[in-house]
Amino acid sequence: MLPGIGPVNAIAVLFPIVYTLEVPPATVMILFAGIYYGSQYGNSISSILLNVPGTSAAAVTTIDGYAMAKKGLGGKALAMSAIASFIGGTLSIFFLAFFAPKLAELAINFGPAEYTVLMVFAFIALSSFSQGSLPKAIISAFLGLAIAAIGIDSTTGVSRLTFGMMELYDGIDFIVVVIGFFAVSEILIMLGQKEGKQSQMQPLTSLWITFKEITESLATSLRSCFSGFLIGVLPGAGGTIASFIAYATEKKILRPNQFGSGDIRGVAAPESANNSASVGSFIPLLILGVPGSETTAVMLGGLISFGIKPGPLLLETSPDVFWGLAASMFIGNLFLIILNLPLVGLFAKILQTPRWILMSLITMLCVVGAYTINGSEFDVLLILIFGLVGYFLRRADFPLAPLILGVVLGDLIETNFRRAMIYSGGDIVIFFESNICLTLWVLALVSLFAPTLINSIQKKVHSQ
Amino acid sequence: MRNSMQSILGILTGTAIAATTMLGVAVAKPGNTECIAPAGAGGGWDFTCRVPAAQVMGDMGLIDGTMAVTNMSGAGGGKAYAHVVTKRGDDENLIVAASMATAARLGQNVYSGFKASDVRWVGALGADYGAIAVHKDSQFKTLGDLVTAMKDNPRRTAIVGGSSAGGWDHLKVLIVADKAGISDLKAINYISFDNGGTAMLEILSKRADAFTGDISELVEYDKQGNIRILAILAPDRISAVPSAKTAKEQGYDVIGANWRGFYVPKNISAARYNEWVDIVTKVANSSQWADLSAKNGLAPFTSFGKDFENFVGGQIGKVAQISNDLGFMK
Repeated sequence: MLPGIGPVNAIAVLFPIVYTLEVPPATVMILFAGIYYGSQYGNSISSILLNVPGTSAAAVTTIDGYAMAKKGLGGKALAMSAIASFIGGTLSIFFLAFFAPKLAELAINFGPAEYTVLMVFAFIALSSFSQGSLPKAIISAFLGLAIAAIGIDSTTGVSRLTFGMMELYDGIDFIVVVIGFFAVSEILIMLGQKEGKQSQMQPLTSLWITFKEITESLATSLRSCFSGFLIGVLPGAGGTIASFIAYATEKKILRPNQFGSGDIRGVAAPESANNSASVGSFIPLLILGVPGSETTAVMLGGLISFGIKPGPLLLETSPDVFWGLAASMFIGNLFLIILNLPLVGLFAKILQTPRWILMSLITMLCVVGAYTINGSEFDVLLILIFGLVGYFLRRADFPLAPLILGVVLGDLIETNFRRAMIYSGGDIVIFFESNICLTLWVLALVSLFAPTLINSIQKKVHSQ
Repeated sequence: MRNSMQSILGILTGTAIAATTMLGVAVAKPGNTECIAPAGAGGGWDFTCRVPAAQVMGDMGLIDGTMAVTNMSGAGGGKAYAHVVTKRGDDENLIVAASMATAARLGQNVYSGFKASDVRWVGALGADYGAIAVHKDSQFKTLGDLVTAMKDNPRRTAIVGGSSAGGWDHLKVLIVADKAGISDLKAINYISFDNGGTAMLEILSKRADAFTGDISELVEYDKQGNIRILAILAPDRISAVPSAKTAKEQGYDVIGANWRGFYVPKNISAARYNEWVDIVTKVANSSQWADLSAKNGLAPFTSFGKDFENFVGGQIGKVAQISNDLGFMK
């Protein structure tokens, strides 16, 4: 659950060891998948309890998860996260097993134009993150876009907003942004409160999730699993986009809701989506040999040096790898929930630690997390700067979620838009040509007008 | 009696041999060694540190103890370069993974003013040669067809690759175009993707016209018959893609080798530099490395010491010239 120390490092370090030990390839893949998988849940613990997301995909979980923890419902949020992850992870394994070759075609047919429209769709989600003032949400999103623009622009090779500093050439890692704006600013806000008031943290009231809460969030988990899986299949999108879209969609569909101030379904949606997205990302890896994330990229290297060729024929040439992987994910899921549910109470006790210890601990986690991403002191400096900026923004009631969304989407939407425009020779018709594009536009329009429609229908029903 | 004499003699000889080797160890072998991979875990530089350096040098007993691998990502290798030049200039036990990308960036002068002469180049022990491919149904049958299209209708000929604009995949196409006498290199339509895999999807979906990358990225697609390799930028044909013609065979004398190798700090002793050259040479010629490099899609490519320094210098000059023409120069 240490932020920054992600599965990529673990896998890369283990690889030479298993290679020398001559472990059979299927076993190795299963080991790697286990690491990939287990770390997803570990990260949600620090997101919910400490507002420190360990991976970019867990950033959305902090919104309602941490809000619940503040209300003393941290235990419930952790339990929900485990259950939703289980649902998302398990169901998506069946999708993987049955539809893998078919879905690989989707990944091929998803070009720059389609990605651009998908990002527009995700940007419409912006409106669901604005609590209160829309102009403030827009300013916040623009700040995020500006942060995303830092670094060498891959389309032209020109460096932007780097001020000649070599540390900025590669851009700023998303985790650095999130740790700074969320966790460090949170520490500053806690410091600003009087000790006597004993924080906004309520004591733990109810630890256990009720059966009613599970059934109420079941539909959310299932929908998010489905959309998360489809997005996970796309090599350019991944868990982060999946969790943002699932959260935004649920916020729009569910009425009434308390999304943003501690709704349990606000934890279920991103957790289910990012787990199913990580299963989905195995499709381009195994069927096309195209890694969808850093972790799967390392796994691809592993597969190849074991003489396993990812490709459409993998199911026939190495069925043991494919089915072993599917089975191991299923067992992994089962173990995660069996291990984690009884431990929820223990994890939640972290919050009963005296505040002076807890805050030092969070600060340490933040610094270690930021440092380990690139082994760079500069990133530690950045989280402090972002923390300060985040503190002032929050004091001035700027919502921070649009900023995060801007950082995530900024680079993707820009590079894909430009790629599509280069293909078409500058003709915007390319964004309306394919069926995938048209479907996404329809979805975007629906998501834009759905809240108003649902509201007016509900009003009619009530007035009758 | 004779038996015991023999065994005593045996033990004595054994000890003598052991003593000499141990003496040799104490004097000659680098100890407490470290290899810096100027990128995160999992990439080519990381592989260069972990496999030929840490693993093979260790297994062959060329270094004392185990070699530590440090990942120092940033600025496309620039952070590690600056670190080695400014802070580790006389570290006798340090080697750093390098590749064609290092030379390309030095050629474009993007390592904040540091030059190739600020370090010492040890050697290369393998390479991934460049290749240009199209979809199997493409109208382009030979490298000549593609070159003609790039000449006559550059805007309508989309070429995709996994490096950023100005990066190695882009440069390879430009070097071919330059050789073919295309004067307006800027007009060539290169679209950058995140990695070779995602760029390949653009070919499989027929959105793009041609792909520029390395041979190792193409081997599987070639076996499945989904693509046609127009040319490989190697001196001779490569057994992994037997039917692919070299660019040279088709009249374009271009070799694009993404070599993998090492550099060391500048101010180490001449004796130690020679030892590192010797160690890398031994690894490059070992059967263990031959096996490991083939499995990882690398072709034989070796160059050591003085030759290697000249080779790197030549590549940097070529990249600098093309980048200057295109305005990628800093």
